[in-house]
Amino acid sequence: MSDAIRVSGLTKRYGETLAVDDVSFAAARGQTIGLLGGNGAGKTTTIAMLMGLLIPTAGSIHVLGHDMARDRFAALARMNFSSPYVALPARLSVAENLRVYGHLYGVRGLEARIREVAGELDLLDLLERPAGQLSAGQKTRVALAKSLINRPELLLLDEPTASLDPDTGDMVRSWLERYRAASGCTILLASHNMAEVERMCSHVVMLKQGRIVDQGSPGDLLSRYGRDDLEEVFLDIARNRRESI
Amino acid sequence: MSLSLRRIWGLMYRHLALYRRSWPRLLELTYWPTLQMCIWGFTSSFIASRMGVGGQVAAGLLLGGVLLWEVALRSQMGAAISFLEEIWSRNLGHVFVSPLRPWELVAALIAMSAIRMTIGVLPAVLLAWGLYAFNLFALGPVLILFTINLMMMGWWIALGVISLILRHGAGAEALAWSVLFGITPFAAVFYPVSVLPAVLQPVALALPAAHVFEGMRAALDTGVVRWDHLAWAAALNLAWAAAAVLLFARQFRVARERGALLSIGE
Repeated sequence: MSDAIRVSGLTKRYGETLAVDDVSFAAARGQTIGLLGGNGAGKTTTIAMLMGLLIPTAGSIHVLGHDMARDRFAALARMNFSSPYVALPARLSVAENLRVYGHLYGVRGLEARIREVAGELDLLDLLERPAGQLSAGQKTRVALAKSLINRPELLLLDEPTASLDPDTGDMVRSWLERYRAASGCTILLASHNMAEVERMCSHVVMLKQGRIVDQGSPGDLLSRYGRDDLEEVFLDIARNRRESI
Repeated sequence: MSLSLRRIWGLMYRHLALYRRSWPRLLELTYWPTLQMCIWGFTSSFIASRMGVGGQVAAGLLLGGVLLWEVALRSQMGAAISFLEEIWSRNLGHVFVSPLRPWELVAALIAMSAIRMTIGVLPAVLLAWGLYAFNLFALGPVLILFTINLMMMGWWIALGVISLILRHGAGAEALAWSVLFGITPFAAVFYPVSVLPAVLQPVALALPAAHVFEGMRAALDTGVVRWDHLAWAAALNLAWAAAAVLLFARQFRVARERGALLSIGE
């Protein structure tokens, strides 16, 4: 079986600015892979290219065996995306939002699936509430429900726990771990939260100024940099301290 | 239902659910067409009362022009504003990473435009009949062809506006309301093309609307169906629609190259 994600020589240039520079990585099926980097490192640009929102300047992207340059809609039907920075229509109820995306993704048995995913994310009591009236934590769970409505084989999460309190953030992380284990879904996680990446990801790609500066398992990275946690590794990379170690 | 139809329905459902929960939006659909009909209806009544039989004919032509131009206006606004709703709700990113094809997006916008136009224009048509004794349906079956042509014109103009929004961002959104008003002087809605200066007449004749309104005046005035004008309107609509589709496809690709789909609300 092919990798869930295979990216090769991925480059995105905006005029003189190189947003993503010759990035290559792969994610095996069922793996949680983390994209780690500071602001402007190229995480969101990379995810946008993985979803076909952005056309690369160079390089290739294969998602679930589909070449995104030629066959992106076949891949899009089998993947999904969640980000706190992309909203859902605020006036529509939670159920209506899930219904819209259920139709867009061609979900069979949609009403049963809505209740199922709402039950799993503790949203049953909120189904008739307008999405705009929910708390940040509730909105995050609704966004996750939307991203799971089609039982995706690949889930792209852009800072999924940003703006959540520690308790809700932990609940979401635990739920995602259980979901991945139960479904075999591949998760690509872009985050600033080092503890989250360390906990959830089996492979981490470290980005800086659009380039991959290192990658490996969290354990490999910790031992390579001689650090106790990924935050220290991140700071070493961000501040070019590797040479001094 | 095929997957493609389901995706189109999914986007339509999103807008229908929005209208169900937002009475100001529903009110806005009928507000302008009804207001226009009130203003032009009283104006027409005044003209008819002062000018006798000739005035009655002129009044009928005015009211017919107002109602049919609303068809084009509401069709164009219906599609363009439905697209803008996705930008305003910051939902476009989710829509474009779903398996919805661009042509399915356009089909959903057109379907919503037809619904919005019907809800908006029908009260004005009934008002014209009830208050001013003007029955638009007296035009007969040719009214269907007039309506289809004006809706088509509204749609390809909307597609052009959406293309500009994809290119220039939400800064171009004012065009969704204003662009067809700018075309009105050349569309020969209230007067024949021959009234325009000679230099502007080719501009008018390049617009399907001018042919529709020439046809409407002939039908209301003499009862004759001008098939030549209808054929021109249909041919021009097809040509302009093809150009709009090419422009949209081009701008959609440019938006994907520039990352505009990520930041279109700015």
